Amino acid sequence: MSDHHHGHDHAHEHDHEHDDRPGPHGAPLTDVQLRVRALESLLVDKGLVDPKALDTLIDTYETKVGPRNGARVVAKAWVDPAFKQRLLADSTAAIAELGYIGRQGEDMVVLENTPKVHNVVVCTLCSCYPWPVLGLPPVWYKSGPYRARTVIDPRGVLREFGVQLPADVEVRVWDSTAELRYLVLPERPAATEGMTEEQLAELVTRDAMIGVAVVRAGGRRGAGAPPSEASE
Amino acid sequence: MNGIHDLGGMHGFGPVDPEPNEPVFHHEWERRAFALNLAAGFLGRWNIDMGRDAKEQMPPAEYLATTYYEHWLYGLERLLVEKGLVTAAELQAMRAQGRSALKPLGVDDVPKALRNRRAARMDDHLAAPRFKAGDRVRTKNINPTRHTRLPRYARDKVGVVDRDHGVFIYADAHAATGEKVPQRCYSVRFEAATLWGPDARGRDAVYIDLFEPYLEPAEAEESRK
Repeated sequence: MSDHHHGHDHAHEHDHEHDDRPGPHGAPLTDVQLRVRALESLLVDKGLVDPKALDTLIDTYETKVGPRNGARVVAKAWVDPAFKQRLLADSTAAIAELGYIGRQGEDMVVLENTPKVHNVVVCTLCSCYPWPVLGLPPVWYKSGPYRARTVIDPRGVLREFGVQLPADVEVRVWDSTAELRYLVLPERPAATEGMTEEQLAELVTRDAMIGVAVVRAGGRRGAGAPPSEASE
Repeated sequence: MNGIHDLGGMHGFGPVDPEPNEPVFHHEWERRAFALNLAAGFLGRWNIDMGRDAKEQMPPAEYLATTYYEHWLYGLERLLVEKGLVTAAELQAMRAQGRSALKPLGVDDVPKALRNRRAARMDDHLAAPRFKAGDRVRTKNINPTRHTRLPRYARDKVGVVDRDHGVFIYADAHAATGEKVPQRCYSVRFEAATLWGPDARGRDAVYIDLFEPYLEPAEAEESRK
């Protein structure tokens, strides 16, 4: 897939404004912008979609559902052994205790990372991802490099994310080919004994719950953390 | 389908290149494309497997040269016409020639629609399991021309059932006809060397969720694959 968004030279016109209105910046609407606008108008005129419902759908996934949900699941599992047991035995039900239910999360499987096993999740065929706990997937998760390489060279992909695993750790790659959705339960970092559940949740990154990062006690914005660890 | 979307194991794609602090949507049109897809899907004229199947019809060169939500747009336009919500003429002109009798998803319907508790899972009694955890199975060498969830990299390979997930709507049939055929779905573990050859890292494995029709018992004398 063409990763148009950042860090590439562009030979063709492409509007990078987050707000697609042509204005002082001067860029005319691109083909795809025009097409989407026209399609929305068509569907509204036919009475097939309600624009206010569209706004609500967008708002839900842009602002209300995201990786902070999954981080709370992880933190709770770290502090509450009984919850952790329920989480591993019936992930869907345990996650539902926290209210994180719904679309693309109806059948959850939580994968526990241990000193001997490191789990990483991919969807080689499209972009399957556990929306209720992680929100919508990042571009890299849905793109060619990750989808192609993770199943054949997981350690190479992990190295790119700054994760070096010893040879005696088993890497398990989970290809989300059916309707099960996977969430990695990262290992709790050392030197976090005194932390509250909320403080622990702050440490847990989206990348760690996909399995391309480990959680550091230094925190998401701690000094020396690789850039990917700081990203949501 | 042996389509371009079936990327597992391909070479040449370069580094993963994550964007730091990436926004959920990069453009307004992406927001609208996302929401249009969901809202149109809620009309019930197609299912998620048909949705994937539609996107998979994108010509390979186009698929690789376009972004994610452009794939969604392609699939949506295709389904709108194929499933009779919009005529080809309307789509071509981007002009409505009449109103639909369907009721659109309303603002107040959204929370309930998103709180879906049941997706593809079906009652357990609808399909007795042929396999159980620990069974050695071989994936079939099938090459269907339309939607399947058995990736090419995992065909005709021997693995071990890790768990029986239960009964789910069989994706292949659901995409083709809309019929909800109950099939058992298993997590099957494949050793890296099985999938990629003897040079592959020995300790690593790939777990793939596979419907029972993709599997057959592995021959007893298979000891290496």
